[in-house]
Amino acid sequence: MSVFDFTALVWFGSVVAGFLGALTGLGGGVVIVPLLVLALHVNIHYAMGASLVSVIATSSGAAAAYLKEGFSNIRVAMFLEMATTWGAILGAFLVAKVSTPSIGVIFGVVLLVSAYLSSRPRKRGGTASQMGAVAQLLHLDGSFPDGAGMRHYNVRRVPLGFGMMFVAGTLSGLLGIGSGAFKVLAMDQAMGIPFKVSTTTSNFMIGVTAAASAGVYLRHGYIEPGLAMPVMLGVLIGSFVGTRVLVTAQTNRLRLIFSLVIVALGAEMVYNGLTGKL
Amino acid sequence: MANAKSWNDEQLEVILAKVLLSGVITAAVVVLIGGIIYLFRHGGSVPDYRVFHGESSVLNGIRGILREVAAGRGRGMIQLGLVVLIATPVARVALSLVGFVRERDRLFSVFTFIVLITLVLSLAGWRF
Repeated sequence: MSVFDFTALVWFGSVVAGFLGALTGLGGGVVIVPLLVLALHVNIHYAMGASLVSVIATSSGAAAAYLKEGFSNIRVAMFLEMATTWGAILGAFLVAKVSTPSIGVIFGVVLLVSAYLSSRPRKRGGTASQMGAVAQLLHLDGSFPDGAGMRHYNVRRVPLGFGMMFVAGTLSGLLGIGSGAFKVLAMDQAMGIPFKVSTTTSNFMIGVTAAASAGVYLRHGYIEPGLAMPVMLGVLIGSFVGTRVLVTAQTNRLRLIFSLVIVALGAEMVYNGLTGKL
Repeated sequence: MANAKSWNDEQLEVILAKVLLSGVITAAVVVLIGGIIYLFRHGGSVPDYRVFHGESSVLNGIRGILREVAAGRGRGMIQLGLVVLIATPVARVALSLVGFVRERDRLFSVFTFIVLITLVLSLAGWRF
């Protein structure tokens, strides 16, 4: 097929990926790489480069929206970004060192774990009752709009969160994804930060994390303009629409289907990686 | 230290949001225009993304990109848009640094500076 047809196909797939990614909160990046690699036989490095670009775009756009709502904890984000950026650079360097089939397998596993994580019921409450030692030192506590006024929350287990963020950053750099699910996991579960704050702060950090690996990606030539262009534009449009769609019974069914698709893609990535098809 | 957000914090957040949004939109517009030019010229040829070759060295590096844009190459313009996109979160971190310095928060100024340096070093390793 021609460049035009191919580009149109990629663009359309990216719009759908962005839309479903926004709807489920999993992000479009997670689907873009398997989509390009499995369906369109794009080399995984180019796919990762395009995915990384789209991740920067959607997270920056989302962060802008969430900042205005006042949920993000910029102090927590800034502190943890030290971990995520270093991890991201490490991950990006590892791309050249780790064999392509192995990357495929890791990617598949991450997909499966992400699908599992997002299928768990959202925790209401269960936030940190006390400030952790490091959190207190750094004044990481904050407050967010809750009904009538602002609700204050504590933060704990910062060293653990820092370590988890380093891993999340490494995954982001290694796979060209946002690792939002893992960032939220670290903040919500380990650090006891309220869920809504965790998700918005995670979005705030994803763009910076991805930008850190982007330098390495550019140097190694993983970012191919002809491919990154339709992916970036498509995912932006798709996620823009996705965030404005009201949550209904239909969308819940869509989310379930999408989670199953992710599981299937994850399994296929693992399989292809193990059988050397990548 | 205040736990509630001061007025300055909120102002900063508004600025950060504006920078992020305008960065993404600018980048998207540049990429779109570049994409249109690129498709116009190359829409008929056959793409080969199956095999990985390192990007042509001409497009790596700001000077190379600007030269390509001046020559009217769509791919160069897309790359320019991508550079703007990647620079957007970096700009946001730089502004956060300004915010913390103005608040006289030495510790977080250091943290933010570390992140900024990390980003700049990562991108500067990319040939200018």
